[in-house]
Amino acid sequence: MLKYTLIPLLPLLSFIINILLGRNVIKDKAHWIAVPAVFGSFILAVGAFMDVRAGNVININIYEWIVSGNFHVSVGFLIDQLTAIMLIVVTSISTLIFIYSIGYMHGDGGYYRFFSYLSLFVFSMLVLVMANNFLLLYFGWEAVGLCSYFLIGFWFHKKSAADAGKKAFIVNRFGDFGFGLGVILVFLTYGSLEYVEVFRNANSVMGQTINIFGSDVSLITLICLLLFCGAVGKSAQMPLHVWLPDAMEGPTPVSALIHAATMVTAGVFMVARCNPLFSLSHTAMNTVAIVGGVTAIFAASIGLVQNDIKRVIAYSTVSQLGYMFLALGVGAYSAGVFHLYTHAYFKALLFLGSGSVIHALSNEQNMQKMGGLKKYMPVTYTVFILATLSITGVPGFAGFFSKDEILWRAYSSGELGKFLWLLATVAALMTAFYSWRLIFMTFHGKFRGTHEQEHHLHESPKVITVPLMALAVGAVAAGWVGIPPLLMEHGDKIGEFLGPVLGHPHGEGTHAEELMVMGASIFVALAGWYLAYVMYVKKPYLPGELGSKFLPVYGLLYNKYWIDELYSKAFVQPVLKLSDKVILGFVDKGIIEGIVNGVPNLIGAFGSSLRKIQTGLLSNYGLVMAAGAIAIIGYMIFMG
Amino acid sequence: MEHVIYNQLSYPILTYTVFLPVAGALLLLFMRNATLIRLTTLIVTVAAFIISLPLLSNFDKTSYKMQFVEKHEWIPSWGINYFIGIDGISILFIFLTTLLSVLCVLVSWKAIETKAKEFHIAILILEAGMLGVFVALDFFLFYIFWEAMLIPMFLLIGVWGGQQRVYAAIKFFLYTLAGSVLMLVGIVVLYFKGGNTLDILTLSSVRYPLQLQLWLFMAFFAAFAVKVPMFPFHTWLPDAHTEAPTAGSVVLAGVLLKMGAYGFLRFSIPMFPDATRFFMKPILILSVVGIIYGALVCLAQKDLKRLIAYSSVSHMGFVTLGIFAMNSQGVEGGILQMLNHGVITGALFLMIGIIYERTHTRQISDYGGFAGLTPWYAGFFMILTFASIGLPGMNGFIGEFLILFGAFKAQKVMGVLAATGVILGAGYMLWLYQRVFFEKTNPDWTSGHHHVRDLNLREVITLVPLIALIFWIGFYPDVCLSYMHSSVEHLIENMNTSAYAGKDGLLARHIMESF
Repeated sequence: MLKYTLIPLLPLLSFIINILLGRNVIKDKAHWIAVPAVFGSFILAVGAFMDVRAGNVININIYEWIVSGNFHVSVGFLIDQLTAIMLIVVTSISTLIFIYSIGYMHGDGGYYRFFSYLSLFVFSMLVLVMANNFLLLYFGWEAVGLCSYFLIGFWFHKKSAADAGKKAFIVNRFGDFGFGLGVILVFLTYGSLEYVEVFRNANSVMGQTINIFGSDVSLITLICLLLFCGAVGKSAQMPLHVWLPDAMEGPTPVSALIHAATMVTAGVFMVARCNPLFSLSHTAMNTVAIVGGVTAIFAASIGLVQNDIKRVIAYSTVSQLGYMFLALGVGAYSAGVFHLYTHAYFKALLFLGSGSVIHALSNEQNMQKMGGLKKYMPVTYTVFILATLSITGVPGFAGFFSKDEILWRAYSSGELGKFLWLLATVAALMTAFYSWRLIFMTFHGKFRGTHEQEHHLHESPKVITVPLMALAVGAVAAGWVGIPPLLMEHGDKIGEFLGPVLGHPHGEGTHAEELMVMGASIFVALAGWYLAYVMYVKKPYLPGELGSKFLPVYGLLYNKYWIDELYSKAFVQPVLKLSDKVILGFVDKGIIEGIVNGVPNLIGAFGSSLRKIQTGLLSNYGLVMAAGAIAIIGYMIFMG
Repeated sequence: MEHVIYNQLSYPILTYTVFLPVAGALLLLFMRNATLIRLTTLIVTVAAFIISLPLLSNFDKTSYKMQFVEKHEWIPSWGINYFIGIDGISILFIFLTTLLSVLCVLVSWKAIETKAKEFHIAILILEAGMLGVFVALDFFLFYIFWEAMLIPMFLLIGVWGGQQRVYAAIKFFLYTLAGSVLMLVGIVVLYFKGGNTLDILTLSSVRYPLQLQLWLFMAFFAAFAVKVPMFPFHTWLPDAHTEAPTAGSVVLAGVLLKMGAYGFLRFSIPMFPDATRFFMKPILILSVVGIIYGALVCLAQKDLKRLIAYSSVSHMGFVTLGIFAMNSQGVEGGILQMLNHGVITGALFLMIGIIYERTHTRQISDYGGFAGLTPWYAGFFMILTFASIGLPGMNGFIGEFLILFGAFKAQKVMGVLAATGVILGAGYMLWLYQRVFFEKTNPDWTSGHHHVRDLNLREVITLVPLIALIFWIGFYPDVCLSYMHSSVEHLIENMNTSAYAGKDGLLARHIMESF
């Protein structure tokens, strides 16, 4: 048991040591604690993976956490096939990013703080994926959100960073509002929060309805949609995607680990985990698929015109997460998890690669001021190319297999599926375009930065490039465990491995159709490259011309469909105004205080002795009380 | 069968705990040296805390009965006894009171320069009064303690408070007194209707006629709703909290606000179960309004202390929501949240006192960048912020979750609406944190004699016990919840044995007919 509980506990230990002693004792040696801890977790995770492969599913309760009346929930772990894969993804990428951070964060005043938070994050993420019940999942869920908040706002003296951290946390709270209610409803429905219990009885609620705000809703649909609210927040799907691009204020290793590879995929993991529930509700499944599909194309379209290198990748992440939800929504859970796994490698690589570039340019993130870097940074350039081949779905690379699986499963799942397949294929075209645009703007052409920067251009040190190369191996080869049976018999090892937890998708379609889907995806990958090549290498004047010709479209995309502005005008400002002017100014100070303080003044005005204000207060307060009591009774008579 | 368990220890533990501070206060009368006074008060409060600890270890968690009971005749002709004891609902508040009193002395070490002797006497009397309220099982005794704690609190605000202290003190006094007077009337009526006794347990076992229940419920509600404070009886609170010295704010938030909710649990619900059922829905509505209203007002605050004060309105809304959800999870969550709020908000007021001693300003806009300036202080504040927001792993989460669970189980809509408070809570607390600790540092605080120091050892010692409780309860809430189970089950069972259990319509009709 200890070897499993140590998986999350090692990083927790690293957090505690670093946060308490880092400032005065450990200082710039923080990685001496953090890296061994997370590497230890990785070793143990591999061990756990082996145990699961050998056919053991581990489900242990450690202690009873909360008991109240008939409510009870434990702290306990479940390590099955799904968790085993997540453990490998989380710990392997964490280890590489920790090492990378030694170089990237070198010399930062908050070095120990950085490794503390990062360790705490790994602990939280591991608890999230290892939990054997909904409430412990919720614990991990909130805790990764906390770490995200810390790390986005890591450079807290910058207002934009502090704002972004706060925004991430609060936007996520909207999702968690639903998620939390979903967890409560799960217990009230199934009498337990343990996955095994709940999923065993999943069927028992079919056909039941629940009355919410006066209308009857299918219970299982409501549970799934509430849970999905959490996923929409955490995995930055529409309409709660707005926090993720801003989260790029955090240091780049954070963007890679938390905002690309691991935390943001928690929503995908959760829905996959709850597949026995989601599979029971068509409405919920379709919602998941539509949200995913629409987000995929929506975010990709924004990515087409952004100039900040990290923001392009951030929108790409939102879009790729959309693909994963699309897969889940059409019932291809293992395809979703497969994409989660390959995406973790190539997206982490893209972020860390961009970090290498930003590092070399002393914190320049605007691609318009880059260019021609390939001769200065050959390693970074090479891994960037590999990651791009992977994300754009060039055959043989990791992203090809997982994305193709999603496209095919969508296509073969029915009418809605075919429509979503179309969206996803167009989104794939955009993906290829913005990914190659990023490469061309950054690495090709002439350097457009300052002389000062050009003078200092250099390849990053080994501590940065070695993790890049390791991730590049993943970006190329991670997909080889999921080769479609069409191309290789028994090639879909990951699908078979996950089968016991996630089941097998069942769609209809011929081999010819499957080849057509694959062909289309390869075609758009090449078309995207060609378009980007023409616009950014052959005819570099084209983007400007097109931009001014289609100014409204360009403006819409560049300004992210004005959604941030909309939220600010429609929600944030009104709430602040309401609380200040109406609630505090009018109700609290005006009405309530007015009655308490004002009535005596009124009596005074009628000529009674002004000197008796204090006793007046007392008697008038009694009056207010009586009025309140009457109001309550009145309410009861009318409502009772 | 006995209804109580007499004190099984060889000494009267509750009497010692309650009256040790009084003895200490008497001792202070003969002292002159301020340091000696501080030291004596510290020793007395620590002693009271240590004396109260055996209560926790010797408490029989399987019983709902009053324990450690002491009963002596006092004024036999009126049937008044010296009758004290505790059950699973009150035991944790004894512990909270004795703990916070120690911390109040510590945090006032440097802050109180004038009239140190009187200040510390007030603190000790206040402690005795609060403890007395939680242990009293005789209404006469209870009322004495209830009023007795009012006076030192009034003085704490009025003498050692901020600029508006006199206004705040009088407002606090009148509000509370107004409620208390109605409660006094209620007690007198109970005395005559319940068999000429002031024994709280005996009076709780009587089933009063429906109409009488309603009137008495409202009389007691007046006193308790002001104390909680429930919307719209809350406007005394921001003034009192803001103007009070740090120790006063801590005690106010930590313990005094709990008196109202405790009153509901000890008196209103057991004595007037049918009236409770009748008023349940409106009280739930008021609670939800309080949660949202309090949170919205917090968004508009520009004063550090006032913001935390208003957040109490929101948090205590959760408490009453849980209690009046009337199921195990709701009530236990409510009681736990009372304790949690005492710990978290108590600690937040300690923190504000600590920083005010250095900066002498409460305006949020005067701060900024303190995370770089005072990192340890910022770290502690961060923990408290997230405990207040209800992050899992900390105590606030357990309380809020159980309350929302209970509320959702009882009234779905109430649960859903209350859960929006969780979003708003994150909003005002994180915004506050950002404005105080992040962004640019005000250069005033980094230079010359204004240079702001980080926490010193005394301050760390003051805070650490509360921080430890936050995580202890967060990861192992059984440490608190296990004390409550029996008493809460009993309380709910009592409600459910009423003839009107599950028959709201019948209850409403009978009430209409009785008028």
